[in-house]
Amino acid sequence: MASTVEELVARAEALALDVDLTGVAAWKEADPARRVVGYLPVFVPIEIITAAGMHPVGIIGGTDQVEIIRGDAYFQSYICHIPRSVVELGLSGRLDVCDGFLFPSTCDVIRNMSGIWKLEFPDKYVKYVDVPQNFDPEIGGNWWRHEITSLRADLEKLGEIEITDESMWTAIALHDENRRLLRNLYDLRSERPWLAPTSEVYLMQRAGLVLPVQEHNELLREYTEAATNSDRPLMDNSRIVLAGAFCEQPPLGLLRTLERAGCWIVDDDLLLGPRMITEPIIDPEGPVGDPVDALVKAFLDKAAAASFIYIDEKVKGAELADMVDKRQAEGVIFAAPSFCDPALLDRPMLARALDERGISHISMKYSENTGQFQTIREQAGTFADALKLWSDA
Amino acid sequence: MTETVPAQRDASMALQKKILGEHYHALAQAPETGAKTAYTFVPGNLTELIRSFDMLPVLPEINALQSGMRKQSGDFVREAEKLGHSEDVCTYVKCDIGMLKGGNIGPTGEHIPDPDLLLLSYTGCFTFMKWFELLKQEYDCEIAMLHVPYQGGGEITQEMVDYIVRQLEESVIPKLEKVTGKSFDEDAVSERLALSAQAEEDFVYVLESAKHRPSPIDGYFGGVFYIGPIFSAFRGTQAGIDYYQALRSEVDARIAAGKGPVTPAGEVTDERYRLVVEGPPNWTHFREFWKMFYEENAVCVASTYTKVGGLYDRGFRHDPSKPLESLARYCLGCYTNLNLPQRVDLISDYVREYSADGFLINSVKSCNSFSAGQLVILREVEERTGVPGGFIESDLVDPRYFSAANIKNRLESYLQMIEQRRQPVGATG
Ligand code: SF4
Ligand code: SF4
Repeated sequence: MASTVEELVARAEALALDVDLTGVAAWKEADPARRVVGYLPVFVPIEIITAAGMHPVGIIGGTDQVEIIRGDAYFQSYICHIPRSVVELGLSGRLDVCDGFLFPSTCDVIRNMSGIWKLEFPDKYVKYVDVPQNFDPEIGGNWWRHEITSLRADLEKLGEIEITDESMWTAIALHDENRRLLRNLYDLRSERPWLAPTSEVYLMQRAGLVLPVQEHNELLREYTEAATNSDRPLMDNSRIVLAGAFCEQPPLGLLRTLERAGCWIVDDDLLLGPRMITEPIIDPEGPVGDPVDALVKAFLDKAAAASFIYIDEKVKGAELADMVDKRQAEGVIFAAPSFCDPALLDRPMLARALDERGISHISMKYSENTGQFQTIREQAGTFADALKLWSDA
Repeated sequence: MTETVPAQRDASMALQKKILGEHYHALAQAPETGAKTAYTFVPGNLTELIRSFDMLPVLPEINALQSGMRKQSGDFVREAEKLGHSEDVCTYVKCDIGMLKGGNIGPTGEHIPDPDLLLLSYTGCFTFMKWFELLKQEYDCEIAMLHVPYQGGGEITQEMVDYIVRQLEESVIPKLEKVTGKSFDEDAVSERLALSAQAEEDFVYVLESAKHRPSPIDGYFGGVFYIGPIFSAFRGTQAGIDYYQALRSEVDARIAAGKGPVTPAGEVTDERYRLVVEGPPNWTHFREFWKMFYEENAVCVASTYTKVGGLYDRGFRHDPSKPLESLARYCLGCYTNLNLPQRVDLISDYVREYSADGFLINSVKSCNSFSAGQLVILREVEERTGVPGGFIESDLVDPRYFSAANIKNRLESYLQMIEQRRQPVGATG
């Protein structure tokens, strides 16, 4: 019998909150040849890990569950929270299941953490993944091809395997499907947010960080179907887009608070990494040519705008404003982690773009372990009311 | 460096003041003379290339630190925060935005012209990218991006070099040509690189003079003045060569006379502590900060901050025979582009090579590039060298984050700790 929405949400929540990675450990124990590779936010070519037959694990910190005992001795008070909780996870042995770690070029903190990991965990494979900031296929494209190829070679060594082109295409197809399912779910949420509220959609995404992609796809399918067919009553909240939460994640309580305060989040940049590529990598006619070329091209042509990717000839904030239009949202809530340079330095530019298009916005900061939501509730409630007033006027 | 120079009488200091003054004047005159300006950053700067197009470089970081020393940065930072910039982010950026909104008056009191080109050399810090994206919204001008990969694996690879050279050829140089209407002249760049290499020799000689006992220089507080020309607009110029020659002879004279470093209060005559320092200095209370050291006869014999514009002391020289490749290797090698294990190695080597009694980290709130991981550096270097590490916190140009009493306390207890470690085993106090 098909699971109910409630059962699926409970399952996703258990996975999302499994900071001990017990599910991943069980997967690994089933076969001594299995390998697990963790990746930090935001963007890595996750397909290579899957193609290697390994389990990719998204490491996004300790949320509000992990007590920081040693992590604070690693970072000054004016650095965001995620690195200290990731270090805590590492030092407490909760990441022992990972054989390797990828640190992408998101910001100086994650960049420097790659070095901390080399020093603290010398037995683990550690790679800094340097995403290109030049988008000429012959220049930045070549660089990205080189990064992907070297990652592929490293994982071959780590797993003592060969990653064939065939397994690459299979992995790309699985992740294409994953992104398609996520886009579908986002569409459903935008069309009928009362059926698939963010507090649930987000858990479905989070579960994907600790599941093999095939299983995650299955969960997404089941939830989307169950949510679509559920008979939840229509609720008329204000429609907002959430921006700035692409790396350190807000606590679940914050998302729930926004919803309770009268905001439907109809689009966001939460857990952006696995959704960065916005269109299928494989052409409708099927795979052609070299899979590495396909990954390179996807990054150059199909990546979402993000703070850590150079804006180049594009217009800062245009994509966010377009998202607001597409989702028929009424406003934007900038919710950024405290001390997050990429999000906070972007904010004035994004705000300017929204102002130019007459889109309302408010701004708040959080940390993954924020526990008090009263102020946020009041701020979001006032904003939601104001949006309603304007849209009714 | 204009009137913010400490009370040194040396000829080299006067020379530096003169060439910087002339540079700012040339910038102020640019609208009349038609000279084009390129705004760019210290780490990974392409001064020889910029100058080969007869463009004048402007370094917003230097403007910001000058504003800090001139006590103007607090107002600039607050102005930017009023405009919506977060209190959490790098204060250099906010200081620059505040200065811009206040009319862009440079440290000599003259106006700094708008950029014709924003040359975004993305070396060692992500904030640079955001900074120039922000400036791009303010100015209607060309922007060129140069992505310099990070030494995540602890080495410079040929792929990295090739990637940068291709960007220079296909993206940066065409922008320079477009903005100036001039063609790229490789020989002109090579000639300048040869001049750079000459100055670099003398510069390294000066830095390494601190291996003497007593050290004739302070490699941090004095060092920030010594790096001025070579880290900014004067690499590849005769003025740069003249400055470092003058400085070198002064240092030679000090060594011969067995003299310690010059400070705003005179010479250090009784070198008591030899320290290696990691991290940038605070600029808003620079003199007060320095005083805390020289009053205790603590001399900074080596520092990492003086390597943000290149690790010349580890052997790098600009190479006229391979101009673009040499620029690429230069960009890749700047200090904040090193990974953490490399930084630990470097600081540990400095402790040994400079016979330091300890090393001190000045952790600045603004700069994640420097600061994230410094507590790990502290433990690792202590473990490897056996000398005590100290840790103080401040900021670059936000005066709200300079707590003099706190820093002084910490520094004093740290120096006491060094003192105690010096006691022979078994000695009692
Ligand atoms: S929260 Fe922001 S500053 Fe912190 S690691 Fe993530 S991107 Fe970097
Ligand atoms: S973060 Fe650090 S390196 Fe980057 S601009 Fe600010 S002070 Fe400079």
